[in-house]
Amino acid sequence: MRGPARPDEAALVRFVYEEARLIDEKRFAEWYELFTDDALYWMPLTRGQPDGENHTSLLYEDKLLLKVRVERLAHPHSFSQQQPSFCQHVLQRPEIESADEAAGAYVLRTPFVYVETQRHHQLVLAGVVRHHLVRSNGGLRIRLKKVELVNCDAPLPAIQLFP
Amino acid sequence: MTVGRNGLDPDAIRALVREDAVHRDLYLEPQLFELEMRHLWRNTWIYVGHDSQVPKPGDYYTTELARQPVIMLRGTDGQVAVLLNRCAHKGTKLVGAEHGHCEGNLLRCPYHGWTYRLDGSIRTIPQKAGYENTGFEQSTAARGVVRLRNVANYRGFVFARLSEEGPGFEEYFGDSLSSIDNMVDRSPEGRLEVAGGVLRYLHDCNWKMFVENLNDTMHPMVAHESAAGTAKKLWEGKPADAPKPMAIEQFLPFVNGYEFFDRMGVRIFDNGHSYTGESYSIHSGYSAVSDYEQQMERVYGAERAQRILGEVRHNTVYYPSLTIKGAIQAIRVARPLAVDRTLIESWTFRLVGAPERLLQRTVMYSRLINAPTSTVGHDDLYCYRAIQEGLAAQGNDWVNLQRNFRPAERDSIVGLHNGLSEVSMRGQFRAWAKYMTLGMEAPA
Repeated sequence: MRGPARPDEAALVRFVYEEARLIDEKRFAEWYELFTDDALYWMPLTRGQPDGENHTSLLYEDKLLLKVRVERLAHPHSFSQQQPSFCQHVLQRPEIESADEAAGAYVLRTPFVYVETQRHHQLVLAGVVRHHLVRSNGGLRIRLKKVELVNCDAPLPAIQLFP
Repeated sequence: MTVGRNGLDPDAIRALVREDAVHRDLYLEPQLFELEMRHLWRNTWIYVGHDSQVPKPGDYYTTELARQPVIMLRGTDGQVAVLLNRCAHKGTKLVGAEHGHCEGNLLRCPYHGWTYRLDGSIRTIPQKAGYENTGFEQSTAARGVVRLRNVANYRGFVFARLSEEGPGFEEYFGDSLSSIDNMVDRSPEGRLEVAGGVLRYLHDCNWKMFVENLNDTMHPMVAHESAAGTAKKLWEGKPADAPKPMAIEQFLPFVNGYEFFDRMGVRIFDNGHSYTGESYSIHSGYSAVSDYEQQMERVYGAERAQRILGEVRHNTVYYPSLTIKGAIQAIRVARPLAVDRTLIESWTFRLVGAPERLLQRTVMYSRLINAPTSTVGHDDLYCYRAIQEGLAAQGNDWVNLQRNFRPAERDSIVGLHNGLSEVSMRGQFRAWAKYMTLGMEAPA
């Protein structure tokens, strides 16, 4: 998304709210463009999980895997989506944890509640998301989106969209 | 139907399974599910855990076997034991955590403080004098925590049979144990250890749907078209010599064609066990990991190393509770919760002594295919749910399992069959009928 060359706090906070809105409105093609080429979308499996290479995760998607996921949602034979899923993020105001103006790198922390529904099933997840943002082409992009669920170690049903 | 006035009717239970079809009640009927937990899942050998989860005496891991809470622990004698997680006093679960270490090598009940040695025998009871002249010594409580007598530790894989009577471990699994052998032999040190985390996926469906899917070879090219097919389409645009990312290597084979899956073959054993992938499988095409093959040849000699690495079985079913993928050191465990609810746990292993890249490949596979977020899993689960709901429609009580049925099966189904056959499911239900009714007497 375009914004000021040196983003102020308002622009950073707005970015996080708008990213969630893109997902909730299923504008996945636009959402996909928010990620840098080397980005990761990570949902760890354990609390304090050190990495996603040597330990499995709920999500650890590079841009290729994100593309597979987004394109699959549009596939006519995505059977699990014959009855489409919908989601809604409810966010607490994002907080800037760190800002490195020289590198153009920012980390924001946002507690959230996420609701995903399909037919009469409703799944509620909560946790904290951290966005590692970088300045890019006059705007901001996501280098790392790390979603830490409060119940990451619980038995979970299918999660089909993007907490 | 199955519970007559005089009690259980084994003939009525057996009648639910035909040689090429099964009655839909097997998936729908809560009463049958309860019977499965009390009979089928007691008379068979159920996977408990891996001994690497309890390396030192006093270490424990808790889980449920057919919904019964159990403790797997390492005793002071160095052996792995399985105890019921239930105080002999009033039935309190002794251990609440999933894993840990017994303080002072004792189990201590949080309610009234009874303590037990790791073999289940009572060590102390507070205010013990209160039991004098009460006949306590003759009570069942005095025997302490129930320790399962029928426990087997096969190369680290711990199984238990809940029933007193039943088939022996080796008799029950037979040569299907060769799949575990292959998985363990892939370690240069001949050892596995649990590593990389456990995924827990709640399935709102009967446990048998998951088990039947494991060697179901007619579904991947249909059900997984959107997931693996999309990955394939995205990769098709790349230059031919572009190195395939590991994720793509793992996704692509899911949409291989019918001929691939048919020639792969399915091998059937007695008692419901089987594996697909006699000569090759979806795991055959993975890139080599540097030095691992050479390391294996140094340890095992070239010929044996090639034999071990050449065995690339897909899913081995250890009926009813376990499936393993030796080729990538990943297993899944079925924990039935209700007739239409099953917990599937995905565990992964490090090959001790092998390059860490193999564990990295394994944890990636588990995430891509077994996680609650897996797009491959979403379509499998969708189909299981679709069966669970579809079977409520009346008009035909029978689920068809006739694909590639041969009259010769009436004598035996053991051996190698064409990969697309539904013989693995027919074999599972033979075992179902046998072990549901083992020791069950017909009503008078």
